[in-house]
Amino acid sequence: MVLVIAEHQKGKFKKATFETITYGAKTAELLNTTCTALVLGQAEGIDNLGTYGASKVMQVNSDHLTSFDSQVYAATIANAAKELGAKVVVINHSTTGKSLLGRLAVRLEAGSVSGVNSLPSLDEGFKVNKNVFSGKAVATFEIKSDVKVLSLMGNSIPPEEMGAAVGVEALNVEVPTPKVKVLEVKTVDGIVPLPEAELVVSAGRGMKDPGNWGIIDELAGVLGATTACSRPVADAGWRPHHEHVGQTGVAILPNLYIAAGISGAIQHLAGVNRSKVIVVINKDPEAPFFKAADYGVVGDLFEVVPKLTEAIKAFKAS
Amino acid sequence: MKLLVCVSKTPDTTAKIAFTNGNTEFDSAGVQYIMNPYDEWYALVRALELKEAAGGTVTIINVGTSDNDTVIRKGLAIGADEAVRIDADPKSAYFVAKQIAAYAIDKSFDIVFTGKETIDFNGSEVGSMIAEALDLPFISYATNLEMDGSSAKISRDIEGGTEVAQIDGAFVLSASKGLAEQRIPNMKGIMMAKRKPLNVIPPVDVAEHAVVVNYELPPAKQSVKLIDPDNMTELVRLLHEEAKVI
Repeated sequence: MVLVIAEHQKGKFKKATFETITYGAKTAELLNTTCTALVLGQAEGIDNLGTYGASKVMQVNSDHLTSFDSQVYAATIANAAKELGAKVVVINHSTTGKSLLGRLAVRLEAGSVSGVNSLPSLDEGFKVNKNVFSGKAVATFEIKSDVKVLSLMGNSIPPEEMGAAVGVEALNVEVPTPKVKVLEVKTVDGIVPLPEAELVVSAGRGMKDPGNWGIIDELAGVLGATTACSRPVADAGWRPHHEHVGQTGVAILPNLYIAAGISGAIQHLAGVNRSKVIVVINKDPEAPFFKAADYGVVGDLFEVVPKLTEAIKAFKAS
Repeated sequence: MKLLVCVSKTPDTTAKIAFTNGNTEFDSAGVQYIMNPYDEWYALVRALELKEAAGGTVTIINVGTSDNDTVIRKGLAIGADEAVRIDADPKSAYFVAKQIAAYAIDKSFDIVFTGKETIDFNGSEVGSMIAEALDLPFISYATNLEMDGSSAKISRDIEGGTEVAQIDGAFVLSASKGLAEQRIPNMKGIMMAKRKPLNVIPPVDVAEHAVVVNYELPPAKQSVKLIDPDNMTELVRLLHEEAKVI
């Protein structure tokens, strides 16, 4: 059986979780077995999870699961995996998933691969691919253990409505007492967080002044995109730290990445080179970013960006 | 405080990525190796700051062969008191974590630090594995850590925001940008590092459950399609019709 952990944030499921369920269901098909989704704690829309391919949806409820403690969550998941006889456990490659994956590998004495980006190949053993060297190469891992644990990189496979809604079954397993006391959770509501964003508009030093960001916000607004920035402007305090994409910041893989006034240093590329399509706007035709771009516009961003915004407005209106 | 910092050796961020031996091994020819930046800039430096404020010792630990000693000596030059190298050529995060846990289990470290990930495998697994093997709490992607006696207040990155948590007692932490500022070793530090202990110990037996069997470079990117800056309608058309992303 393939066990998928249906991660939720503040009781809400996001696209990444639907992707993971679809991934789990397809892996189960390959292994000729079934896929069960497991929900820890209370969330909205649990009934719907079957739609994405889980043939069974189970829920563990406990006061110990109301805030996040990786030790408690991992123990609960491992207990569930053992109870249900799971051979493969799949979680989101999110901050939550990343803090659980290693723990699960140790608890279940399982081989683990973090951030897998494709379905397993079963031709010769159990093999999965993941990006390594910050997206500059792909590695194929073979997992030899009986139980396997995977975290799925977001935006790697689309969620598919491949099943039907199923009822929720309660699962009783031991949930330990947390040692981590969560004092505060601060999230920016209303915008798609960068690791999950499909469309990203990013800007860098070419903006000259933090007061000039209005044109970037406007472009992102008409596209419904999340804004990002390069390291120098985050370091200078022009933009918030959580917007910084690159080697030391957030690594993203949107469908579309538009970069204005970013030269494209190798450390920046390391965070964005997995984007499906890259558009670079820069007045310097020698900017290294053009080598990594699909579409390039050599021009003054203060003229090009507003024109692009207008063109998108016209496209959306048509 | 008794602090343990796990350090890894990685290719430099600008290293050419190529593979050898039928695409089964990283080609290290001409590659400059460094200490993994998250381990060095954030984990190690924050550990040193805590020691400077409250006293104690900072031990750095690495799992690797003697090729790693240069990187380990750099950690000592930056200010760690002693170093341990577990003499093995690891093939997986599981192996590394189990080795470090086997060393740390009877040493009562107050905090075990790792970087948030290594820049080669981008796995982000070792810290979480060590925490489980030592049965300790774990905080990933820490951007701030303040101690008040034996109570720690830690901020960590989560999707679209920050979470602040408190832990009383020992824990494992993975360090992200913001936890500390990079320190450059000075001449005195480099001289002193030569006399600091670097203990080499044998590995324990650990099964390798998940290993790389093949590497591949992504297909070369097609050359960029340049669009007239006065014709953004054309760019929008291409994004819609050709790239199909809007």
